[in-house]
Amino acid sequence: MASFTQGNRFGEYMKRIIVNEKWCLGCHLCEYNCAFANSAGSKKTPNDMVKALKDIVINPRIKIEEKGDICFAVSCRHCKEPLCVKSCIAGALTKVDEIIRIDKEKCVECHTCVLVCPYGAIMPSNEGVMQKCELCVQNADGQPFCVKGCPNKAIEYKEI
Amino acid sequence: MKYVIIGNSAAAIGCIEGIRSVDSEGSITVISKETQHTYSRPLISYLLLGKTDLERMKYRPNSFYEDKNCKVMFGTTVKKILPNEKEMLLDNGESVKYDKLLVATGSNPFVPPIEGVSSAKSVHTFMSLDDALALKKDLTSESRVIILGGGLIGLKCAEGILNSVKKITVIDMADRILPSILDSEGSSIIQKHLENKGVEFLLGNSITKIDGQKALLKSGEEIEFDNLVIAVGVRANTSLVSEAGGKVNRGIYTDLYCCTDLPDVFAAGDCSESYDITIEQVRVLALLPNAYMQGEVAGINMAGGKTLYDHAIPMNAIGFFGLHIISAGSYEGECYTDVKGNNYKKLFYKDNRLMGYILIGDVARAGIYTSLIREKTPLDSIDFELIKDKPQLMAFTQKDRAALLIKEALH
Repeated sequence: MASFTQGNRFGEYMKRIIVNEKWCLGCHLCEYNCAFANSAGSKKTPNDMVKALKDIVINPRIKIEEKGDICFAVSCRHCKEPLCVKSCIAGALTKVDEIIRIDKEKCVECHTCVLVCPYGAIMPSNEGVMQKCELCVQNADGQPFCVKGCPNKAIEYKEI
Repeated sequence: MKYVIIGNSAAAIGCIEGIRSVDSEGSITVISKETQHTYSRPLISYLLLGKTDLERMKYRPNSFYEDKNCKVMFGTTVKKILPNEKEMLLDNGESVKYDKLLVATGSNPFVPPIEGVSSAKSVHTFMSLDDALALKKDLTSESRVIILGGGLIGLKCAEGILNSVKKITVIDMADRILPSILDSEGSSIIQKHLENKGVEFLLGNSITKIDGQKALLKSGEEIEFDNLVIAVGVRANTSLVSEAGGKVNRGIYTDLYCCTDLPDVFAAGDCSESYDITIEQVRVLALLPNAYMQGEVAGINMAGGKTLYDHAIPMNAIGFFGLHIISAGSYEGECYTDVKGNNYKKLFYKDNRLMGYILIGDVARAGIYTSLIREKTPLDSIDFELIKDKPQLMAFTQKDRAALLIKEALH
């Protein structure tokens, strides 16, 4: 927790989600871990993903693209020049401490962020308002769940 | 350095944030005709719909002006810009000096002359928060509303009030709705959708005369109404700059630095023109994201930075009762069409580039298409068949994709 918070809050360094396409197995565990991290169930059963996601159709913020032998994970890049933040008509998207976050109270579901995100990394949540990867700042213990759960280190969270 | 900004909406906020990304010291004065804290203008229809409220629709937090160390003169109108003196005259008799000025005066609803319109008891435009609040005050569950204009503003207004009134009739001279963002097939999909929700359309028609609560139409019909909303279009507010001797076309002329041809006078947002890279011409792109980005570029340049506003394209995301429309670019060149159930897709391409697109229904990951237009990505560098199928990064080569995914991290 400490290193994560310091790195972002005081700008000492910046950690990023790095995707290594050649290591991705296409197992989709990152999607499940993402859904788990952001699920209501994870609070009740923090160590039991299966229980937390039982009977739930997951709608993760990280998504695997796959075709033939190629697969890779896509999630928010927390862009330096974030088009979503600049374009949001509601002022619901902000970038604070290098993390782009959405204020779900302000979002009116206009989809302008979907219009501009070059990565296709922002999408409606099950409640309708938009959702995106927020690096597990509200959920985790220092490591985004997708990174922690990746069995082949195809998703890393590191300084570059 | 003394920065002055005329206007308090998206372009002005972009400018403030742009200035402060370069200069944390200079004084910033915002002169706002309106009296409210900066709010999101396109959210007024969501306000009437009940999807937001006065607090949540603020475009920036309450502490914004203080955080950015800005002085705001609310309820103040600029009467004249004196470019040689670098001074402005205000409606309260005061004058304000500037070193760098941003004109972000926006646009005003165009109100066509209609015979007898003054005899109607409730006539509104739909651009500002005050407009929306005044309209809301006049509406009851028995209201029969005519909306003149089937464009973005008129139809968002219709969505906003449909459930709180008895009847809405949209009248437009054009034979189809939303011509600024849709082709005719797309227009008819949305028209049917809105008709199913209860909106009535009289297209290819207009109001020739109003007599109290009766509107006489070009077609000869006469319809009774309680409220009239005029939403036929907007006009850029250019007069301050033209009267000061600055170049004005449909909007205020600006170069790629968002500077007008008056020294140290910049312009951004609905009042200004920008260079549309898809048609390679200047035009007014009166859209909030463009206003913010123009304002930000202007602000950076006002503060001594050097950056270009050189990726402007028309682009729009809008929805009606849960059916979403995303469109961007220009509808030129060859067209790929894919219609599946309620999902409608058209991709327009020419000279090895994606020129524009329209998506209705399934709009997921549309920004990947928008990016191909903005970045002028050569279509022979991607797998266009995959892109036709859906927006996906798989369409890029492995090398390009790796570069794309790491790009933002390497800044």
